[in-house]
Amino acid sequence: MKKPPRNWLKGVLSAYDTVVIGSGLAGMTSANLLAKLGHKVLLAEHHYNMGGMATWFKRKGGHVMDISLHGFPCGMIKTLRKYWTQDISHRVIQLKNVRFDNPQFSVSTSFDKVDFTHILRDRFGILREVIDEFFLTVRDMNFYDEVVMTTRELFEKYFPGRTDVWRFLMEPITYANGSTLDDPAITYGIVFSNFMDKGVFTYQGGTDHLIKEMKQELLRNGVDIRTHCMVEKIYVDDKTVQGVRINGQDIQCKSVLSNSNLLTTIEQLTGEEHFEPEFIEEVKKVRLNNSSCQVYMGIKKDKTIPNVGDLLFSSVADEYCTDQILSKAVTSRTFSFYYPEIRPDTNRYSIVSSTNARYQDWASLSETQYKKEKHDLEQTTLDALDKYVPGIRNKVDHVEASTPKTFKRYTLHPSGTSFGTKFEGLKISRDLPKQINGLFHAGSVGIIMSGWLGAANYGVIVANETDKFLRQLRPSLATASA
Amino acid sequence: MTIEEVRKIILNILADIAPDEDISCIDDNTKLRDQIDLDSMDFLDIVMELRKRFNIEVPEKDYEHLATMAGCVSYLTPLLKDRPLAS
Repeated sequence: MKKPPRNWLKGVLSAYDTVVIGSGLAGMTSANLLAKLGHKVLLAEHHYNMGGMATWFKRKGGHVMDISLHGFPCGMIKTLRKYWTQDISHRVIQLKNVRFDNPQFSVSTSFDKVDFTHILRDRFGILREVIDEFFLTVRDMNFYDEVVMTTRELFEKYFPGRTDVWRFLMEPITYANGSTLDDPAITYGIVFSNFMDKGVFTYQGGTDHLIKEMKQELLRNGVDIRTHCMVEKIYVDDKTVQGVRINGQDIQCKSVLSNSNLLTTIEQLTGEEHFEPEFIEEVKKVRLNNSSCQVYMGIKKDKTIPNVGDLLFSSVADEYCTDQILSKAVTSRTFSFYYPEIRPDTNRYSIVSSTNARYQDWASLSETQYKKEKHDLEQTTLDALDKYVPGIRNKVDHVEASTPKTFKRYTLHPSGTSFGTKFEGLKISRDLPKQINGLFHAGSVGIIMSGWLGAANYGVIVANETDKFLRQLRPSLATASA
Repeated sequence: MTIEEVRKIILNILADIAPDEDISCIDDNTKLRDQIDLDSMDFLDIVMELRKRFNIEVPEKDYEHLATMAGCVSYLTPLLKDRPLAS
């Protein structure tokens, strides 16, 4: 006889203050904060692992592959300390060797303002005054500024015609948050300044260790964590959140904080009919960001690789070009090298190659073609890597690729978007609670709120709004301006 | 709560948010972020702490009052004057 399916909602309460949909870094951080503020929180994750895009997988032969660990700004230390634990924040370490290799230049850098200033002056021959003014301009860019200039216009202003400089400044940010030369300059400036503050950092112990620690902290703070639990519907009545349906079961809640994709939250989980038509009109204009392909390479147990860089932005394209970066004919790859320092107890190496990609390029392939193209991607990646790690084919014993389709399967994001939505999504995300009482969204939107730091901090910002909302439901709250 | 007690509460909150900073010699009339390393997330933390500890809601338009210690004290004292210090 077939075993009845396990009930992943066993023992669930009939009502919560907040149901958090999805356990990406934004969802987990907001769940943790809301629980610490005394609210009853249910965190529902459809997958068996938590973390969303902050995830990893294991393969035979002792391989552990990280999907998005490498490369967040220094600000993450503070965020982890304030909204998670001291112990977690103490594990953040710097990646000191960031390399560029392309037909225009080959450079190693610690990826901070001091070193960038040196390189821009000595290597690219830019005047000190211009460099200083550029840094001042991007540093002063504010999230609330009016959007006027694109990144292309910003570069054109300070480094006219210098496509080599543009590439040096832009390529890493494109990989960090999917932004392009034609996005608003503030989406570039804020993220670039965050990195330039002190450099690029990672988490010692790997993604699996981090998420395990976060899970323990969530449990300590009383969050009811439920994996294998798909939120199917957000119930709204009278412009107010009433509850959710999870795995076919109705659960009441006063608020929902969705870490699901913004458009999925509005169109599928809630339903357009609950919003003002003018709002939906704006929602229709929100563009999804692009997706990614990755190739994961596990190094044999007895093999080592020399330090050839922590992050390597490699390209064979003549110039930086957004279209080329997204194209299936790959010319640019970012290699993340995971040396034993990342997981000191294992003494193993792995390399992850990332390329930005378009969903439709992969979704339109037949099954056979898809398999073949994936295989080709693995092989061409090994070829490209051989330039930096000679004899790489003799050192790896596991190679596997993921595509935008893979990202879609695991995150359920429309078109497998790996950087949420473009800039216009931020306003929609912020305005959700004005449309429906108790409905909040935190996740990758507007490029700024992307990446590990952006997502975690956005989780805090939205948890603050949710806390305010929940306390206003109780009569005793004193408003300062009253 | 007296003015001195309100000041102490704010210092207490700042010590939690920025444990690596020396807050003992904060000048009341200079902007806080010019004296210690505070970003916009830290100011959000101050707002959240005030809500948590005292059930006080500082609307976004009033955030500017929190820029200096003197500003914090004069903004918060009327709201806290009837509260006992222990919380």
